[in-house]
Amino acid sequence: MFHREAGVFKTSYGADMALYPLPIAKWGVAAFAGLFIAVAPLTFGEYYLSLLNLCLVAIIGALGLNILLGYTGQISIGQGAFMSVGAYTAANLIVRLGLPFWITIPAGGLMAALVGTLVGIPSLRIKGIYLAIATLAAQLIIEWTINHVTWISGGMQSSIEIPRPSLFGIRLTTEAKIYVFLMFFVVLAIVATLNLLRSRIGRAFIAIRDQDIAAEIIGINIFRYKLYAFAISSFYAGVAGALESYYLGIANYEQFQLDVSIDYLAMVIIGGLGSVLGSIFGAVFVTLLPIATRWGLQSFGHLFVSQADLDNLIPSLRLVIFGGLIIFFLIVEPDGLARLWRNIRNYFRVWPFSY
Amino acid sequence: MSGIDWQFTAVLLTNGVLIGLMYALIALGFVLIYKATDAINFAQGEFVMFAGFIAAGAANMAGLSFWAAAALAIVGMVALAFGLERVVLRPLIGRPIIAVVMATIGLAAVLRGGAVLLFGAGTQAIAMPIRDTPFLVGPVMLPPVELVGAGVSIVFLAAFTWFFLKSRIGIAMRAVADNQQVAMAMGINVRRYFALAWAMAGVVSALGGVVWGAMLGVDNQLALVGLKVFPVVILGGLDSVVGAVVGGLIVGVVENLAAGYLDPFVGGGTKDFAPYVLMIAVLMVRPEGMFGRRRIERV
Repeated sequence: MFHREAGVFKTSYGADMALYPLPIAKWGVAAFAGLFIAVAPLTFGEYYLSLLNLCLVAIIGALGLNILLGYTGQISIGQGAFMSVGAYTAANLIVRLGLPFWITIPAGGLMAALVGTLVGIPSLRIKGIYLAIATLAAQLIIEWTINHVTWISGGMQSSIEIPRPSLFGIRLTTEAKIYVFLMFFVVLAIVATLNLLRSRIGRAFIAIRDQDIAAEIIGINIFRYKLYAFAISSFYAGVAGALESYYLGIANYEQFQLDVSIDYLAMVIIGGLGSVLGSIFGAVFVTLLPIATRWGLQSFGHLFVSQADLDNLIPSLRLVIFGGLIIFFLIVEPDGLARLWRNIRNYFRVWPFSY
Repeated sequence: MSGIDWQFTAVLLTNGVLIGLMYALIALGFVLIYKATDAINFAQGEFVMFAGFIAAGAANMAGLSFWAAAALAIVGMVALAFGLERVVLRPLIGRPIIAVVMATIGLAAVLRGGAVLLFGAGTQAIAMPIRDTPFLVGPVMLPPVELVGAGVSIVFLAAFTWFFLKSRIGIAMRAVADNQQVAMAMGINVRRYFALAWAMAGVVSALGGVVWGAMLGVDNQLALVGLKVFPVVILGGLDSVVGAVVGGLIVGVVENLAAGYLDPFVGGGTKDFAPYVLMIAVLMVRPEGMFGRRRIERV
């Protein structure tokens, strides 16, 4: 992470593919993880922890989308809908059967994976723009279905209230407790993604992204691997959706509408396509952007306009900044924040002898 | 009730046809851009909305007449489309399709936020200088706004069909869409035709904005019309002007029939749902649509 290596000569494929290129990298990551896992929940205030919690949920969803979009090259504008499938599956299992979270969350993920696989089936025949439109349709159809089938949505305003999860008899009521709970899943998701990507499946994904016909010719069953990508990606989304409703205490389809799918696309683009670290950067960035916008405007905005105008301005201004950033990153830094990070790191790695 | 209520069906069909023609007008803007530049414009609905805002703003805030406001909307949208092509789309030429899709999605967000910042969040009306009360033909009501919209659609669809088939510029545009490098080698200024395609889409969006704005009122919900564009263009074929018309008609008729006959059973909302189911079916069976050109891909 922050280390500088010298005299590294890898002599085996195993060494080249290792998650940690050097022992010091392992310590760097461990220190960083320790900071966020142990220190943050004890020292941060409730408000900042609640922001971090939102980021954690977003990281899982963004990782899932990055597997699909960044590594396999299949566009999906349906991440929000897959999240809603996970959320409502978990919510129904909790309310109807009273199951604990360690069943409902994987179940939510599996149900989302099933739906995601169904949505992925057209990817055999169509790609690019057509697939984007097909997943957009899936988003709208799933939204509509959840909203109109009361058996799924629980009737009243299509929302189901769910209690906070409890672990070993402790109900996770404070932000700090739920933070640790969410962090567990985030670490799991990050490690699983890193390992997936250096496996046979992950390399097949990358081959499909780079040229799917060529990948087929070298013996990759592209239909199967595209479906894997959809299934894995929507599994992440389903888990993220279930976690989000556990965290917010309610499953509501309005949390998972089209604009949420677009938020997730933005996370992956701004963070960096095909980068695990990028998904994390992007998720944190996009989640905090509206909060930062609101904070900035409330601090300085009254210099220009009245308070009442300000409240009307904030959502619109947020949209403009959000869209502007997407376009900016696409044009100026297509590899996103992950690339910026790498550039900074490389600069310091060879500093002060950068020639 | 014995069998099908024919009067009811006739009402649904006429409404479907009129609305379908108005969908076709919006879809036309989408098709123009795709045909000429291979770019997918996810911000088509926002273009329409923005044009509506310009027209409504000019009429209500500046007090211009309807015709002046409509003209201003057209000029404004051409300028906007030119500018956006220059600033946003041109740097993305040659980049993966995801980049263009995402850029237009970003554009959509900017336009939706920007329109509210510039023109305010309230719903504004566009008053067309025509009668308000619908014409009655038997049991069928024909709202004048929709008739005008359908008329404008037919005129422009015919004009663009002619344009692409016969005019020199239209043929050059088709060449650019077909193969940019070969077109360049034949001495066609590809960039100029890209800009022209966006400008033409701007004109169509402006007309769409005025017509749809007059019918629904202008606020940022007007952009949702853009979501209907996708079923229309997928049904008809992404690069076909004729397809936009036929697709528009099918979507208009299907959604009206669905709303009329299915809504009572499922509790509303089929209007927004049925076109997408149809679209998924078409994508599975014939992704290039009815009139689209099948693309052969090589390694």
